[in-house]
Amino acid sequence: MKKVYGSAAEALDGLLHDGMLIAAGGFGLCGIPELLIDAVVESGVKDLTVASNNCGVDGFGLGKLLDTKQIKKMMSSYVGENAEFMRQYLSGELELEFNPQGTLAERMRAGGSGIPGFYTKTGVGTVIAEGKEVKNWAGEDYILEEGIFADLSIVKAWKADDTGNLVFRKTARNFNPPAAMCGKVCVVEVEEIVPRGSLDPDHIHLPGIYVHRIIQGEHEKRIEQRTTRKREDA
Amino acid sequence: MPWDRNQMAARAAQELEDGWYVNLGIGIPTLVANYVGDKDITLQSENGMLGMGPFPYEGEEDPDLINAGKQTITELARTSYFDSATSFGMIRGGKIAAAILGAMEVAENGDLANWMIPGKLIKGMGGAMDLVAGVGKVIVVMDHTNKHGDSKVLKACTLPLTGKGVVDRIITNLGVLDVVDGGLKIVETAEGVSAEDLRAATAATIVD
Repeated sequence: MKKVYGSAAEALDGLLHDGMLIAAGGFGLCGIPELLIDAVVESGVKDLTVASNNCGVDGFGLGKLLDTKQIKKMMSSYVGENAEFMRQYLSGELELEFNPQGTLAERMRAGGSGIPGFYTKTGVGTVIAEGKEVKNWAGEDYILEEGIFADLSIVKAWKADDTGNLVFRKTARNFNPPAAMCGKVCVVEVEEIVPRGSLDPDHIHLPGIYVHRIIQGEHEKRIEQRTTRKREDA
Repeated sequence: MPWDRNQMAARAAQELEDGWYVNLGIGIPTLVANYVGDKDITLQSENGMLGMGPFPYEGEEDPDLINAGKQTITELARTSYFDSATSFGMIRGGKIAAAILGAMEVAENGDLANWMIPGKLIKGMGGAMDLVAGVGKVIVVMDHTNKHGDSKVLKACTLPLTGKGVVDRIITNLGVLDVVDGGLKIVETAEGVSAEDLRAATAATIVD
């Protein structure tokens, strides 16, 4: 079965519908599926719920989907870098479900692994625990969190072969593997599609079984906080 | 004289033991990396890295290599990368020996508030709730009072909590306090700060 598609729009053809749940990879602007986000914007699909650690910045990444008001609800751990997000949230146009970062990642991993719920200590005694089942093990309280089962996963990897085996690069891996796992369909964008057999099977980060459609493209890879140090004088 | 930011970071670095894997929060906690000396400490960045190196030289920034504060960083010979679920697995699983974090408020029962001011600040908790629930030891580093001069070390937190009963040790510009039964115990004071000064600046119960 052919997994490689010619463009982001082609790769998303037939997969988008209003009101759907999309899981997106990336941390801040690092490792985000830039090309697929642009194609979702172009499609005009609306009332989206998006599970993603962050929501981009104003005018870039998932921030573009805010500008077009295509997002109804975000499931995130941190949304501090986006003025339009705050405006829509405070005016009641946008719903927000805060998830502790590790809980969000585990909810995706669990969903992709057929685990509908798990117990965690994270958030016990905080607003996150409100309305959630509490269970005590060995004197410690844990709360029940649910797996995320997304309609679609959009992720970014460094390299793929044509069967969808993926390799990520440095900290751009982040939420991409768990986000990829939890979708009914997973579309991935990569910097390079390499010939079958050229990736070391022992060094595959995510096996192609999780990947349904692949595109290759150019990425802007914007840096959010450029920090450097001075070279010491020799 | 109360400690300055760097002196607080240096004092916090004394808490770390050789061989530990440690997570440092944003702000003063980040400076702790400058004071670990000869100790073999591996820094975790919760976006998926162990063995965090310093900032890159200008021109060598890599958009695929950032820390949890989204700053460009570098890798070391010992570095490993992994996904976010694995990263928080090691946090939740108690593999990270200590987290050093900033705070808005800490209470005498170890409650910590550092993620939200209702009606004002709604950025999110990021990985803070997972860290305080999972790591071996939670050390808070912060100024003892806020900009109005009010104690940030309280009988009970007023802000939404990050974790309940999670803080082990508090390092402020005035000294070091441990969370013990019945309140806080003074471990030491900054040079020139007396135990009486520390008590006077603290709203929480101090026990002997």
